[in-house]
Amino acid sequence: MEDFLQTLEIFFNFGLPLLILMVAYFVGSTIEKRHFKNICEREDDLHGFPVVSFDTMPEDWNVSSCNMVTGSIVISLDYFKRVIAGLRGLIGGRIKTYEPLLERARREALLRMTESAREQGYDAVFNVRLETSRLANARRDGKGTAGVEMLAFGTAVKFASRFG
Amino acid sequence: MDLNQTNTIAISNTESIPGRKIVEFYGVVTGNTVRAKHVGRDIMAGLKNIVGGELKGYTELLQDSRKEATSRMIEQAQSMGANAVVNVRFATSSISQGAAELFAYGTAVRVA
Repeated sequence: MEDFLQTLEIFFNFGLPLLILMVAYFVGSTIEKRHFKNICEREDDLHGFPVVSFDTMPEDWNVSSCNMVTGSIVISLDYFKRVIAGLRGLIGGRIKTYEPLLERARREALLRMTESAREQGYDAVFNVRLETSRLANARRDGKGTAGVEMLAFGTAVKFASRFG
Repeated sequence: MDLNQTNTIAISNTESIPGRKIVEFYGVVTGNTVRAKHVGRDIMAGLKNIVGGELKGYTELLQDSRKEATSRMIEQAQSMGANAVVNVRFATSSISQGAAELFAYGTAVRVA
């Protein structure tokens, strides 16, 4: 009986966090892979839709109407990668686990903006700007990040006549 | 997300409305909203934080807030008699633990 209780104690002290770490690692990696695949497919689908970051419109665009479009996403890192990033933070240097997170958030925000422009019948988006903001802390002690928000916005335009 | 619900006012984040000329300036118009986190959504986001990925509750919350800030800005522009808002910018600032202000500002103009 005592042996059993001891095993239980060891499990709750070390086993459970380890289990959560492992689950977070596998589920988190799967989600990330699927998200990247999804992003690539949608980017292929939007191929040929002009999205530019110029602040003035190219001169050969003959425009009939315009409106502002936005796309945003709030995204967070899984527990396993957060732990790795925390350890990396002790010695400094490049934190590789954060890079794909920000990249996929940025691409997703751009995709959402472009898709919403296309849905509303616009032909192109120009003056695209990207903004990143960190949401409030997840815990009261000021540690842990609830997520990162990525916002993409630009001016969508409708062409009066197609090129040429 | 359709920011231009009224359809009588054109908004853009460039310095002019493409293809049209600005004939009158009305000054800076702003719209803001302060939101606190939803308790239920916060718990869900906390769970989602373990495996990572998109926190849909927060995405929606911020989109709604930004929409509201923008529509307040548009209302102000309309009450001045403007028919367009140019050079629109978004800003976020956290007021206190768990609450944030989202605001949108731009220049109200009349275009012809």
